[in-house]
Amino acid sequence: MSPAQQFCTFLLDGLLFGLDVERVQEVIRYQPLTPVPLAAPRIAGLINLRGQIVPAIDLRLQLGMTPRPAGLLPTNVVVRAPDGPLSLLVDEVGDVLTVAGGRLEPPPDSLDPAARRLLRGVCQLPHGLLLVLDDQAAITGKESNDG
Amino acid sequence: MTTAPPLTKIDSRADGMDEAVREFLIESNEGLDRFDDELVQLEKQGRSPELLDSVFRVVHTIKGSGGTLGFRHLLRVSHVGENLLSRLRDGSLLLSPAVTSALLAMADCLRRLLREIEACGCESDGDYSGVVERLTELLTAAPTGTAPPDKVEPQADRAPQPEPSVGEILVGGNVCRPEDLRAALELQQTGDPRRVGEILLARGAVSPTALADALKTQAEHHDLASATIRVEVARLDAMMNLVGELVLARNQILRFAESQPDPAFAASTQHLDAITAELQEAVMKTRMQPIGRLWEKLPRMLRDLAMSCGKQVELDCEGADTDLDKTLLEAIKDPLTHLVRNAIDHGIESPELRRAQGKSPSGHLRLRAFHEGGLVHIEIADDGAGIRVERLRDKAIALGLLDAERAAALSPAELLHLAFVPGLSTAERVSDVSGRGVGMDVVKTNMEKIGGTVQLESALGQGTLVKITIPLTLTIIPALLVSSQNQRFAIPQANVVELVQRAAESRAIEEVRGAAIYRLRGHLLPLVYLDRLLQLPPHPPLPAINIVVLRAGQQQFGLVVEEISDSQEIVVKPLACGLEAIAGFAGATILGDGRVALILDVAGMVRRAGLFASAPAVAIAGPQEKAAARHPLAAWLVFRLPADRRGALPLSAVARLEEIPAARVERAGERELVQYRGQLMPLLRLSTPPAADHQLLQVIVHAAGNRCIGLVVDEILDIVEQPVLGDASLPGAAQPVTVLQQRVTELLDLPALVRQSFSAAPGAAS
Repeated sequence: MSPAQQFCTFLLDGLLFGLDVERVQEVIRYQPLTPVPLAAPRIAGLINLRGQIVPAIDLRLQLGMTPRPAGLLPTNVVVRAPDGPLSLLVDEVGDVLTVAGGRLEPPPDSLDPAARRLLRGVCQLPHGLLLVLDDQAAITGKESNDG
Repeated sequence: MTTAPPLTKIDSRADGMDEAVREFLIESNEGLDRFDDELVQLEKQGRSPELLDSVFRVVHTIKGSGGTLGFRHLLRVSHVGENLLSRLRDGSLLLSPAVTSALLAMADCLRRLLREIEACGCESDGDYSGVVERLTELLTAAPTGTAPPDKVEPQADRAPQPEPSVGEILVGGNVCRPEDLRAALELQQTGDPRRVGEILLARGAVSPTALADALKTQAEHHDLASATIRVEVARLDAMMNLVGELVLARNQILRFAESQPDPAFAASTQHLDAITAELQEAVMKTRMQPIGRLWEKLPRMLRDLAMSCGKQVELDCEGADTDLDKTLLEAIKDPLTHLVRNAIDHGIESPELRRAQGKSPSGHLRLRAFHEGGLVHIEIADDGAGIRVERLRDKAIALGLLDAERAAALSPAELLHLAFVPGLSTAERVSDVSGRGVGMDVVKTNMEKIGGTVQLESALGQGTLVKITIPLTLTIIPALLVSSQNQRFAIPQANVVELVQRAAESRAIEEVRGAAIYRLRGHLLPLVYLDRLLQLPPHPPLPAINIVVLRAGQQQFGLVVEEISDSQEIVVKPLACGLEAIAGFAGATILGDGRVALILDVAGMVRRAGLFASAPAVAIAGPQEKAAARHPLAAWLVFRLPADRRGALPLSAVARLEEIPAARVERAGERELVQYRGQLMPLLRLSTPPAADHQLLQVIVHAAGNRCIGLVVDEILDIVEQPVLGDASLPGAAQPVTVLQQRVTELLDLPALVRQSFSAAPGAAS
């Protein structure tokens, strides 16, 4: 059995998602975005993270979900990516949850295939489901090679 | 060919590595580079005691330090090398090509050993007996009768140190006789514990003042050696980053200061501004290195190459002291090496062939570097065979990169640019030196990555010239800020030629086949709208049109922006996360208000906009450049006439281009007229009659005095800038014709047309 894992959780359109906490560098409130014309829609823009220019990815669009309503300012979950930090835009950040390794189940078939590809698995919580994102896939929008 | 490993590389893996070993590796690698260069020079020049001493010293130092640190192989190889070199020094052996090659092989062998030490901290038990045997053979083959040393050798078998001994200075300054010095040294060797100076003084062989002077001279040498220090590149990088941050903070304060009335604050801000600029320059200078650092490795490479290709090459370098940023120097190292290899392998012919063509048997390779316009220019010229453009063309066609029809329309200069297309190599044979079809395209891509450009000129049988321009530095650059749709963009000032503002109603912009052009002092400037290019929401009509005239390579174009703000120093930061693949952006920066702005990549914009794309897949830079130097450029408006003929008018004769619905044409007898700007403009049909009333007529408006006439043509094709060629007309042709864009084109006789239209004569319908 694999050891327990900690997940940084956040909400997207009412669903609870989790990301390996080891991957998360920091969580910061909304930052003004500089859009990058001609980039893929999922690239929400660039933010200034204490002098470092960090691309922000709209996780909603990355996961094929509906766009965030206009009035809702996203929060930045800054993750460590191979090419430097990257911000994932989420609706709202939740607690860090600890989940025993064995409790991760494959994502249900009923889920949207676009989103399912980016999931490592789901975990049943007392109050609902935690959708655990595949670190790499969530960042690049592509399935990681190692599954 | 190896190079001194960058300090950072050693640093990153050398946690456990002894400081002394690291120092030794760096010094030895640098020494070996010098060794190669000087040995090759020595071979050319013949006897030069200074050079010989210098190469000797390198090997001697490696032997000494390597032995101290316990590297056996290093000691063995350098020991034999040193023996050979000392035979050269005492004149009992002459430097033959075989000796030079053996010594160079020894240097390579030492480098290999140094690399091993760098990688694992120890020598592997490789077999180095080949090199040792080769050197020993040369040693024993040489005549044994040693010539008597013709100068004093203080401390017989010790190499001269970089720092001269007191004895050397004294003898050199003629204040002490050599025999006295020799006696003193002998005394020392037999166990006298005193220093040489003391012995000489005690024997009265030298005056106290002379000795004091000699000691002072020695100390000066010492000072010179300690006036420089080694700094790790990583530290300089960190410093540069901090200066970048400081520049940003300074920009923010400057912005804030604008809104503050306090004069004392303003004064401090100005002071801060000035100091920041100075600091920035100073830090930048620490990172600057002369391009000669790259060039000094070329003589050795040239020798190896020339030998393996059986060619003779003479190298001529100019501007070796041209400085550029270290990162840029690193970035151009491989492309430059590649270009030099190319020139020797493919450019310069064999001595026999050159002789047959009446050239000197040895080829010339000329490298030139200079600063101009905030850029570093590098030229690599050879006087070799040049590039066969036909071969490039045929290969491009064979590979399906170009169809025959399009190829036929390309000028030789345009064809030459095919050399930058991946997979095209004109080499008749693939050698181990170059010519595998990867090359020029890689060179070009690498140069573009650092904001540089590459241009190629070649004359068959006369040689090839490669021109490279690169920016001085990449980190902090002056930039112009513009905005469209509330989004700000930075444009590197190096690309900006001028700024133009026109009132919107001035109708300064004309549209030719959907492409906007602006006439700037008689030149036609293709225009690019920033909002359209970047697919920003279109902005509402503005009272004024702002045009930033930009230069990308040889071409100029106008960028229409909503607003031009100001000029500012920006710190270039790379775009991460696959965003760099978007053509059009060179990076991003943080502005005074803390917001991020994208930096426009002018060359990328040209590509994206498809400007100048008369030959897709081939970026064409200034095809007419050379011709233009001889002939003044003239701009021609080219259009299609019935029966697929092409006609042209000098653009200076064209007032405007209009599209007029055929329905608006009125008739007066035989004449066709159209209401145009408050007057009746006669139309002259050079076109096929329109099929229907809703068709748009393509009208070229020509102003004759205060009257206009409209020439109706089938289609406006292009605007071509081309030198006026001496005699354009072909004998026997009814119309004067010329060749524009490799196509026969009729030059219309405008005065005759005007006369025809203003007289009541019928239109020249076909």
